[in-house]
Amino acid sequence: MVSTELGYDQLLSIAFSVPMPYEWSVGVYGSLFFHEIMNHNRFLGVRCPDCNKVYMPPRRLCGPCFKELDELVVLPNEGTIEAFSIVNYPFVDPNTGEQRPIPYTYGYIRIDGADTIFSHIINETDTRLIQVGMKVKAVFREKELMQGNVQDIKHFEIVNP
Amino acid sequence: MDHIAIVGVAQTGYEAKIRNKTNYDLVYEVTKGVLDDAGLSLADIDNIVTVSNDFMDGRTISSMAVGEAAGGHDKNISTVEGDGTFGAFYGAMRVLGGFNTTLVVAHSKGSEGSLKHITNAMFDPVYHRLIGIEAISASAIQANSYMDRFGLSEESFAMVSVKNHQNGFNNPYAHMPLNLTVEDVMKSARIADPLKLLDCSPVSDGAAAIIIANEEYSRRAKTRPVWIKGIAHCVEEYFLGDRDLAVAKSLRQASRKAYEMAGISRPVDSIDVVELYDAFSYMEPLWLEGLGFCEEGRGPGMLKDGITLMSGKLPVNPSGGVLSSHALLVAGLARIIEATLQLRGEAGSRQIPEAKTALAHGINGPCGQSHCVWVLSSEQ
Amino acid sequence: MPGSVAIVGVGQTDHRSHRPDVNGREMIYEAVQRALLDCELSINHIDAIIIGNMDHFESINYVDTWSVEGSGAIMKPIMKVSTGGTTGASVAIAAYYHVASGLFDRVLAIGWEKNSESDTTGAIITCSDPVWDRFSYSGAIPSLATEASAYMNQYGVTQEDAARVTVRDRGNAVNNPHAHLRKPVSIHEVLASPMLAYPIKLLDICPRSDGAAAVIFASDGIAQRITPRPAWIKACSVRHTYTWFGDVDYKQGLVSLQRASAEAYLRAGIKSPADELDVAELYLPYSYAGLKWIEDLGFCARGEGAGFVEDGHTDIAGKIPVNPSGGVLSANCIGATALLRVGEAALQVMGKAGPRQIPDVKQALATGFGGCFWSDVLILGSGRP
Ligand SMILES: [Zn+2]
Repeated sequence: MVSTELGYDQLLSIAFSVPMPYEWSVGVYGSLFFHEIMNHNRFLGVRCPDCNKVYMPPRRLCGPCFKELDELVVLPNEGTIEAFSIVNYPFVDPNTGEQRPIPYTYGYIRIDGADTIFSHIINETDTRLIQVGMKVKAVFREKELMQGNVQDIKHFEIVNP
Repeated sequence: MDHIAIVGVAQTGYEAKIRNKTNYDLVYEVTKGVLDDAGLSLADIDNIVTVSNDFMDGRTISSMAVGEAAGGHDKNISTVEGDGTFGAFYGAMRVLGGFNTTLVVAHSKGSEGSLKHITNAMFDPVYHRLIGIEAISASAIQANSYMDRFGLSEESFAMVSVKNHQNGFNNPYAHMPLNLTVEDVMKSARIADPLKLLDCSPVSDGAAAIIIANEEYSRRAKTRPVWIKGIAHCVEEYFLGDRDLAVAKSLRQASRKAYEMAGISRPVDSIDVVELYDAFSYMEPLWLEGLGFCEEGRGPGMLKDGITLMSGKLPVNPSGGVLSSHALLVAGLARIIEATLQLRGEAGSRQIPEAKTALAHGINGPCGQSHCVWVLSSEQ
Repeated sequence: MPGSVAIVGVGQTDHRSHRPDVNGREMIYEAVQRALLDCELSINHIDAIIIGNMDHFESINYVDTWSVEGSGAIMKPIMKVSTGGTTGASVAIAAYYHVASGLFDRVLAIGWEKNSESDTTGAIITCSDPVWDRFSYSGAIPSLATEASAYMNQYGVTQEDAARVTVRDRGNAVNNPHAHLRKPVSIHEVLASPMLAYPIKLLDICPRSDGAAAVIFASDGIAQRITPRPAWIKACSVRHTYTWFGDVDYKQGLVSLQRASAEAYLRAGIKSPADELDVAELYLPYSYAGLKWIEDLGFCARGEGAGFVEDGHTDIAGKIPVNPSGGVLSANCIGATALLRVGEAALQVMGKAGPRQIPDVKQALATGFGGCFWSDVLILGSGRP
C-alpha cells in the first residue's frame, strides 16, 4: 500500500510563464492625443458641455452626465503634483516580464486646465525634494523615437519656481 | 415566477477587427442603442450587469474599463464573467429580486488577444494546459466522439455550416454570410480532424445589450415586451475524460428545467424558432438533442429532413448563428436578442412568420460543459 | 415583493501565505465542506452556486467550470461573478439575488484566491488601462499611498494614527483561528517596518494569502428550519463609481462608500450608524483606510477618524467594534476577502463567532473594496426584514 502521507518539501508545483500577446485598440480620442504629442509636443483634453469638466487624456464620454464629448481643448505641458508615491518594493513588470527598476516615483498630475488626473513617472526619488502641490513639466521623447504611446512622454520633471 | 420581460435590445455589427473602437466605445454604443430601442432613459435603469472576461480583454478587472460606458457611474452594478446568457440570467434574477430594470451589456474583441492562449487557459494547468489543448482541439475530440457513437458523417456537420452561413445573408449584423456547398466545407483546410476551417466559427469583435424589466416598466417601454417564461442553467464534470462528450447531459437538465418553468411538455411542438450556440458545426445537432428536440444521435437528421431550415417546422439559427458571427461572451446575448426580435416580429428578412415562442441558448467552458437555456414568449 | 433572504452557514479555510498541499479546487472544497457542516446540510441540498476570484492571480480562465469538483456544482447551476477586490461581496450579493428571485432556495457563495501562485503586484498592474496607466502604475500600494498622502495633507493625520489601526486589527486576529497573521504588533513595530511606498510601510498593508470562503444563503421559511438564528440580509448596495484612476478625487473622501452606505442605511432604516450597528467587518486593505473610510461610513465626522480610533470606539469593547476577525490586515485571499467580511458579520449575528464574538449583535455591517476605488456594502440583522 502506498500512503497519502507526504512531506512538505516533497510537494510539487508547475511553473507557467507563457506570455499572452494582445494588441489593444487605442480608439479615436486616444489616437488624437498621441498624434498631438507626436506632432506638436502638447496635450489634448476634452470638455463636457454639461458639467464643464475637462478630461485629460480626452475620452468619448462624461460618465456622470452620460454625455458624448467632442469639444477638444489644447492643454499646456505643465501641471501640479496632486499626490505621489516613491515605490521601493520589487515586482515583475507585466509590460516587460522583468523586474522594474526601483526606486521610482509614481505621480498623480493635474495638468493645468484639466479636472482629472494624469498618472506618470516623476524623475525625483528623494522625499526631501518632492512635495504635493509642486509644479511639474512633461519631458517628451525625441521626435524620431516617438511611437504613439504613453512612453512618448519620458517623465515629468519638477519646475523650479 | 413574476412576469418579467425583455424590453430593449441592441447589438453592433460583428466584424473581424473593429480597429477604430475600443471596448469602451462598443459598450457605450450598444448601451445608447438599447435605451433608444426601449424608449427609456438612463434614469429609468436602476441597475446594470456587465459581462466581460479578463483573459479576453488582457486585463484584470476587465469590468473596470466599461462601467462608465455602460452608464454605471452611480448605479448598483455587477459583473458576470462568462457567456452573455449567464449575465442576462443574473440580470433577470435582479429584476425578480426587487429591481425595476436591469441593463445587461457584453463586449469582446477577439482581434485583440490570442484565442489559442485564451482558451488554452480554460484547461487544467497541472494536467492539460502544457499539452497545448485549446478550444478547437478539444471540440475536435468532441466532434469525433459524437460521430463515432452514432455513426455520423462529417458531411452531416458540413450541411449545418452551409445552412447557417446562408442564413447569415438575412442578418445585417452578421460577420460572415457565405454561399457554400457541402463540398466547399469538406474541401476547406483541415484544422483539427474532423474539424475543417468552415466547420469553425470566425472570431469576431462586437457588443450587445438588452434591458430586462418588471411588469410596470415593461409598460413604460415603447417596445412590445418579450416575456421570459423559463430560464435555467447547469454544468457537468470538468475534465473532458470524465465526461461523455457525445451526449449533452447538462443541457438536458437545464432545458428540462426551463421547459418545466415555461409549462412546455413537447418542445418540438411548442417552440417556433431556436437560436443556439453553434461555435462549431457539429454543436448544432448535438445541442438540439440536448434540448430534447429529437432522440440522441438524431440531431443531424433534423436538418436532412428540412426541419431546421428557415422553411421547416423548427427553424434553427435564422440569424446565421454563431457560425456566422462569434464575438465570445456576446454571442449568447445575441441569441437572446435574435429570439426577441423574432417574437417582436422585427427580424426583417430573417423573420419566421408568426413566431410566438422562441428558445435561446448559450454555453460556458470547454465543449459546452455548462449550458444556459431561455424560453421566451410574445404572450404574457 | 421579493422574499427575505438569510445567511445560514459559513465556512472558511485556515488562511496561509502558501498552501502547496492543495490545488485551488481542493482548497475551495475545504471551505465548502466547512460551510455545509456549519449548517448541517449536504451538497445535495444546494440549488445553485456562485463563485468569484480574479483570473490572472492563478491564470485560470472560466473558474466556474474549472472548479466544479471543489465547489460541488456538478449537475447544478454555477456562475462566475468577478469585480476585483469587491468580488467576495459581489458574489454574496449575487447569492442574495439568486434567493430573492424566488428561483432558488439554498445557494452557495464561494470566494477564493491562491495569491501564492503568481506575482500579486504584477497581476494587479494588469487591472490598469493598457494604453494609459500600465506603464507607470505599480499596483495597489502606490495607488493607496496617494490616497493616504492626500488624506494626511488634508487633516494632519500622522503615521502613528494609522499604525493604531494595524495594532487593533492584528490584536483582534489572535481570537480568530482562521486568520493568516495571528501575532499582535505594537505601534513601534509598525512605524519601524520597512517603507514600501510613502507613507505605507510593510505593517500598514495587508498580507497576500491563500484561502477560500463559502457562505450559504437560504429563503424565508427554509432558513429558519436550517438554523435557529439566521443572519438576515437587510440591505445590499453597490457603487463602482469610477472607470479611470485619474477621476478619483481624494479630497471628497471615498465617494463610492459614501453613496453605497447611504443607500444601504436608508434601506435598513439606519439613521445613526455608529449607534445602531453593533459590529462592522470592513474591507480595510491598509491602515489609513481604517481612519478615512469610517468617516465615509458616517461613524464619525470628516477628519475625526483618527480621534475616533484613538478613543477606542472601534475596539472590541467600543461603541462600534471594527474587525473582530482581525480583518484584511490579518488575512487577504483577495477573491475571498470581501466574502469573509460578509461571513464574519453573519457569524456575529448568528452568535457563532466563538472567541471573537461581540455580545448580542443585532445589526452588522460588511463592506468590500476594490477596482477603481469601488465599494460594496451589506447590512445583516437578526430580525427578519
Ligand atoms: Zn459632464
